[in-house]
Amino acid sequence: MITIKEEYQGIVEAYGKAGGSKKALESREVASLVVHENRVLRANQAEGISVKWEQLEKGVRVELMVEEGKKIKYPVHLCFGMLPQEGLQEIVLKVNVQDGGEVSIIAHCIFPSAVNIIHKMDANIKIGSNAKFKYHETHYHGDSGGIKVIPKAKVEVGEKSIYHNTFSLIEGCVGTLDFNYEVFCGEKSVTELVAKVYGKKEDDIKISEKVNLNGREARSLIKSRLVLRDKAKAEVIGETYGNAPLARGHVDCTEIVDGEEAIAKAIPVVSVTNKEAKVTHEAAIGSIDKKQMQTLMARGLDREEAVKVIVKGILK
Amino acid sequence: MLQIENLKLILDGKPIIDNLSLHVEKEEILAVLGVNGTGKTTLAYLIMGVNYLPDDGKIIFEGRDITKYSISQRAKMGITLAWQEPARFEGLSIREYLGLRNRLKMEEIEDYLWAVGLPPSQFLNRSVDASLSGGERKRVELASVLAMKPKLAILDEVDSGIDVVSLPHIVNGIGKMKSLGSSVLLITHSEDAVEIADKVSVMCAGKIYKTGPPKEMCQWFKQNCQVCGHIVPG
Repeated sequence: MITIKEEYQGIVEAYGKAGGSKKALESREVASLVVHENRVLRANQAEGISVKWEQLEKGVRVELMVEEGKKIKYPVHLCFGMLPQEGLQEIVLKVNVQDGGEVSIIAHCIFPSAVNIIHKMDANIKIGSNAKFKYHETHYHGDSGGIKVIPKAKVEVGEKSIYHNTFSLIEGCVGTLDFNYEVFCGEKSVTELVAKVYGKKEDDIKISEKVNLNGREARSLIKSRLVLRDKAKAEVIGETYGNAPLARGHVDCTEIVDGEEAIAKAIPVVSVTNKEAKVTHEAAIGSIDKKQMQTLMARGLDREEAVKVIVKGILK
Repeated sequence: MLQIENLKLILDGKPIIDNLSLHVEKEEILAVLGVNGTGKTTLAYLIMGVNYLPDDGKIIFEGRDITKYSISQRAKMGITLAWQEPARFEGLSIREYLGLRNRLKMEEIEDYLWAVGLPPSQFLNRSVDASLSGGERKRVELASVLAMKPKLAILDEVDSGIDVVSLPHIVNGIGKMKSLGSSVLLITHSEDAVEIADKVSVMCAGKIYKTGPPKEMCQWFKQNCQVCGHIVPG
């Protein structure tokens, strides 16, 4: 029988390998939460933010609340993961950043041995007025591809607030990814959604991001960067709706196919229902840029080395 | 160092490079001067092995026939090219771009940036992407050529689109290449740019017409070339 201490050591070791800062995770000044399967192994509170949790049958319900006007000094560190090869982990996340609050969250989701795992996240995020919320999520999976990741979120961004979300899955195999975010943007708010995914083997990737620019002068960017090799396939749907005067949105998708059997698809949806709104999009789908390759080869790199440099840059 | 013998490239039945011969000596700056559409960039590509292989003729570098070598093979022998319109790279910093091939000390990288008039504190960590202006990107390209310490640098119109304030930095960068022992093939349509060259070859309709000292060749170019509507025969 594995002890909680051993469980914690295992998950923190995997967290470190995935790029997480063990020092930050264990600092008393930093709010943090470490969840293995459905057990909270470590939790730390910090001034201005409360972290509450409740154990569920197959996961954890987490509530983060940033108090009004509180600017959280250090990023909050979250670690969700499963060390066994099989299982289900459901994370129900509720975030409330009150008016004038500011917080940055660094989340790592780690499944180093996944063979048959389902990781679901259902998030409800509410950002008040004049607030800032940054969420950076990095996944680390093993090489088997035996994992299904299903992150879903509904986000409300208040007046003059800033919301940045970055989702990164570039280490190990993706497995199956069904990413679905929808954001409702208030007046003069700024939203940026960034997804970076490296698909390999038989990975099946679906990214769906929808932004509703409902407030006057709301601005948004949906940026997706995918590289696909082997037999990986991906579909990226970036939707932006300009529903208010002077709302501005942009959808920017780049998918690079570096394999004979990989398949990339991008579906930008841009719509305006207000005559003073403007939404634009750009998508580049295809093989690695020939001129970039030639440039790097003219500096003495082999083809394979040049591909690595280009891919690394895009997913950086 | 570089000898080009009777090089010929025919595209769609038209000679783009037409029995062209030239040679570049060690630590020499040879400028190829010609108006737009005379085949200068195609010549640069043929020497670097980009996009085309010649229909006839030879490219000899340091005594070896490299006519059919790949881009990487030529680069590993010490040849490199600065593009007229350099590629942009998302997520690749200028520091990384300059250190692609050679492991350079930070002072060296900074030195190369200063040589082209880019303050390292402002540029080292910037990406080689669309955020750079055209002139900045060209200067970064020149710095990356310097960082490669090539035996032969082919510079394709590195002065075009550069403002008068930035032009001296480009000229300085080319001068530094020579001082570090590189040979330079400077491809340009600008008479001003060739002043730094040791020799100038005037190119027209895929051929080298005349080679000589810069002043003499500029004079000849003015008198003979700009009025004749140099283009590859159609």
